[in-house]
Amino acid sequence: MSDLAPKPLIPVPRGPVPEAPPPRKRAMVELTIDGQKVSVPEGSTILDAARQLGIDTPTLCFLETLAPVNVCRVCVVELEGSRVLVPACSRKAEPGMSIKTDSERVRLSRRMVLEFLASSVDVSTAPQFPGYAKRYGADPERFGSKAETVAQPPKIDNDLYVRDYSKCILCYKCVEACGVDAQNTFAIAVAGRGFDAHISTEFDTPLTNSACVYCGNCIGVCPTGALMFKSEYDMRQAGTWNESRQTKTDTICPYCGVGCVLTVHEQDGSIVKITSPLDQSVTHGNLCIKGRFGYRFVEVEKPRKK
Amino acid sequence: MDIHFTADQPSAEEKAAVDQELGAPETGWDGGQRHVASDGRVAFGGHDAGSHRHKLLPALHAVQEHIGWISPGAINYISQRLGLPPAEVYGVASFYQLFSLTKRPPVVAHVCEDIACMTRGSEEVCRKLENKLGPAGKPCMGGKAAWLRSPCLGLCERAPAALVSAAGKSPRERVLAPATADGIEELLREGIDGKLPAESDALSMKASIPQAGSANLVLLRRLGKSSATSLDEYRKSDGYEALRKAIEIGPEAVVREVIDSKLLGRGGAAFPTGKKWEALLNQRKRGRPHYVICNADESEPGTFKDRVVMEGDPFAVLEGMTIAALATGAKKGYIYLRGEYPFAAERLAHAISAARKAGLLGENILGRGLNFDIELRRGAGAYICGEETALFNSIEGYRGEPRNKPPFPTQAGLFRQPTSVNNVETLINVPEIIRMGGTAYAKIGTTNSAGYRLWCVCGHVARPGVYETPFGGTLRELIQMAGGVAGNGRLQAVLLGGAAGAFVTPKELDVPLTFEGTRAIGATLGSGVVMLFDDSVDLKKILLRIARFFRDETCGQCVPCRVGVVRQQETLERLIAQKPLGTTETEVRMLREMGQAMRDASICGLGQTASSALESALNRWSIFS
Repeated sequence: MSDLAPKPLIPVPRGPVPEAPPPRKRAMVELTIDGQKVSVPEGSTILDAARQLGIDTPTLCFLETLAPVNVCRVCVVELEGSRVLVPACSRKAEPGMSIKTDSERVRLSRRMVLEFLASSVDVSTAPQFPGYAKRYGADPERFGSKAETVAQPPKIDNDLYVRDYSKCILCYKCVEACGVDAQNTFAIAVAGRGFDAHISTEFDTPLTNSACVYCGNCIGVCPTGALMFKSEYDMRQAGTWNESRQTKTDTICPYCGVGCVLTVHEQDGSIVKITSPLDQSVTHGNLCIKGRFGYRFVEVEKPRKK
Repeated sequence: MDIHFTADQPSAEEKAAVDQELGAPETGWDGGQRHVASDGRVAFGGHDAGSHRHKLLPALHAVQEHIGWISPGAINYISQRLGLPPAEVYGVASFYQLFSLTKRPPVVAHVCEDIACMTRGSEEVCRKLENKLGPAGKPCMGGKAAWLRSPCLGLCERAPAALVSAAGKSPRERVLAPATADGIEELLREGIDGKLPAESDALSMKASIPQAGSANLVLLRRLGKSSATSLDEYRKSDGYEALRKAIEIGPEAVVREVIDSKLLGRGGAAFPTGKKWEALLNQRKRGRPHYVICNADESEPGTFKDRVVMEGDPFAVLEGMTIAALATGAKKGYIYLRGEYPFAAERLAHAISAARKAGLLGENILGRGLNFDIELRRGAGAYICGEETALFNSIEGYRGEPRNKPPFPTQAGLFRQPTSVNNVETLINVPEIIRMGGTAYAKIGTTNSAGYRLWCVCGHVARPGVYETPFGGTLRELIQMAGGVAGNGRLQAVLLGGAAGAFVTPKELDVPLTFEGTRAIGATLGSGVVMLFDDSVDLKKILLRIARFFRDETCGQCVPCRVGVVRQQETLERLIAQKPLGTTETEVRMLREMGQAMRDASICGLGQTASSALESALNRWSIFS
């Protein structure tokens, strides 16, 4: 080592590199769901166990990449010995639990939750809703045409996203993605209380005035289309949005060296939006402003007028 | 995290109010004057930077009390002082009803229009105020004051009630009960002129406790007899005898006595107190900090017993908490007091400082090596914060949204550490249990409901107030004790347990007022509310007010409760207007279904009981057919 080379701040250890300890063996927990026995690793949720059995449990506020907040209550199941129904997404499996996922009580609560949501929120762009509503026979019309809703004009205060809170079911996902679960920017939070609770920046200041860094990770997790890329919003407004004419292509982001996987959504020869797969080990579905929005350079520039 | 602020700057007064609460900022990084030489060019974060969040609610209170509203500049300054994102601070501030985030006159009257006050003319008071001062919520008296309609203020024994707060350099709060429109206007005027007296209201104990001075009283024996501000008088009437004995016999024995006493929590959930304490005691060796919390966020409409106890016998609450701390190994305790109780706040603050001076709180209590101190926290107008896990979030500086259970508070409570939450009334039973012994206490009352109970008797009753009885008497006996039915004298219904409770009919007056007795008729004791309605009352209006109460007070976190309480209110409104969708039967069936879903699928007790009073009325009367 020459005298000019900087000394390392942390001394380099001599000798062989110690081996990582073997992964701790997780004990298995056995429980019964709908009469079937199932065994899952300790720490798994009831939802995990139900999925292992192939039982399809509806979820709205749950996402694999975020901490469960169990607020939508559409995943509730009946646990023997419990006074109330329990949320499958967050309740840990315990040995000997006996669970019903399709009892009369469960079906009623799920139906009411869907009716409550669909009668107060515009769910027209929520992909999961029609299936769930059909499955549980939800009829949101029965509260009448005067039922109070959260209808309000969409917020369009920047060129990248539209926030249409008349479609917001308050699942907290965007707040989690903007906060400790992904981005740590904290531009938005839940404000107000009760039926008036809503997602907001401080004093509802425009996004351009807030801490937002336009990573678009909130859009990535929104289950109802309340948060939408401006490109998609404009096309929907113009009536040109057509998912059946779209292709999805996975590629690697061209910007920095992190190597995020991008899913490029293309329609009629143009990129219409960019997402990232949730199960991708680098991104877990999250991107930054460049990967998410900086794609225009790909498209052939029209010749400039002289 | 790099905190981003909007351009809004705090005023000098706002800064002073926050600094008075939090102390002066230490560096430029947390809101002080920037000195590059001493502050450096890099902010060091880590755990320390984010460890001040629990000071958020007191800081917001400081601004509200001194300025009268919380401006964007003030939010920015508080965020900077505590290292929090402004969006989250805004989210927390907008959760509480007593905080105003829009400019509001500094002098405000909160006028109760809840069910107990409705039986005593609150509608008339509000109507007169509308004529005199204009509509609620609008500035009046030259823009210097405003009046607001308020949920229950916990002054039901002297209904109708009002609370006037005047913001300024030396903030003032006064209650007025019974309130008249003229009286409220006068207090507002005094507030505007800066003439509200600094010393707090002296509420007559005799008016709140008709039994005061009676020789049979145990829990209430000191109230109205010995001074609530004198530690000496408290000690002369057996005060701190129980703590001495508790230290003598040690934590294990204290827990055993409380288990033997069969004491059940008096806040509404009726959980065995000894079991809670035992769970904490058993975790002592794990080295985690333990907490005891006195739940004084009494907000159930019609409930005022805890307020009366705290105003009249604050040292008993402290002694009960100190024994709880000894038994559970807690070094720190919180009293979470509802924001609408200024007088109780003052009495408790005085008692805490007197106890500290006398070596009964702090290090080495009574010279016996026990370390325990209490911090008083004031809520800011949120019924939901009486739910224990919402209360934790509120103290920690988050929105008062309940957490899903499990984990239970005894495993992961305040700051995710083992915590025991006990109601005020539960805690004042503890010194009695220690003094007389658990087995002797368990013999009082019935087998399944041991000990003494405080009742909040209000509404159309001759002598409203807090009553104490051993468990076992009937509802009829209690009503007789309170002088019988008032109003027009013809009883229509009794609401047991408050808005989250149940209605019973005059035919059910022989129900024993015990946990098991009320359960047998599909009712609950809840927080000890016994509210009478004569037959001039339109019960539909009462039901609608209860529905509106839950709509205003739900935190909005989970869907069944957030939307369910709105749909419930809408359905009731249609039924009352006799404009049902479909038939009355389909509407009633829909109410039942909503009730079932709220009871089954809501996160916390608020949603789970939001339909219970309504459903109890549907079960007992055919109100809508």
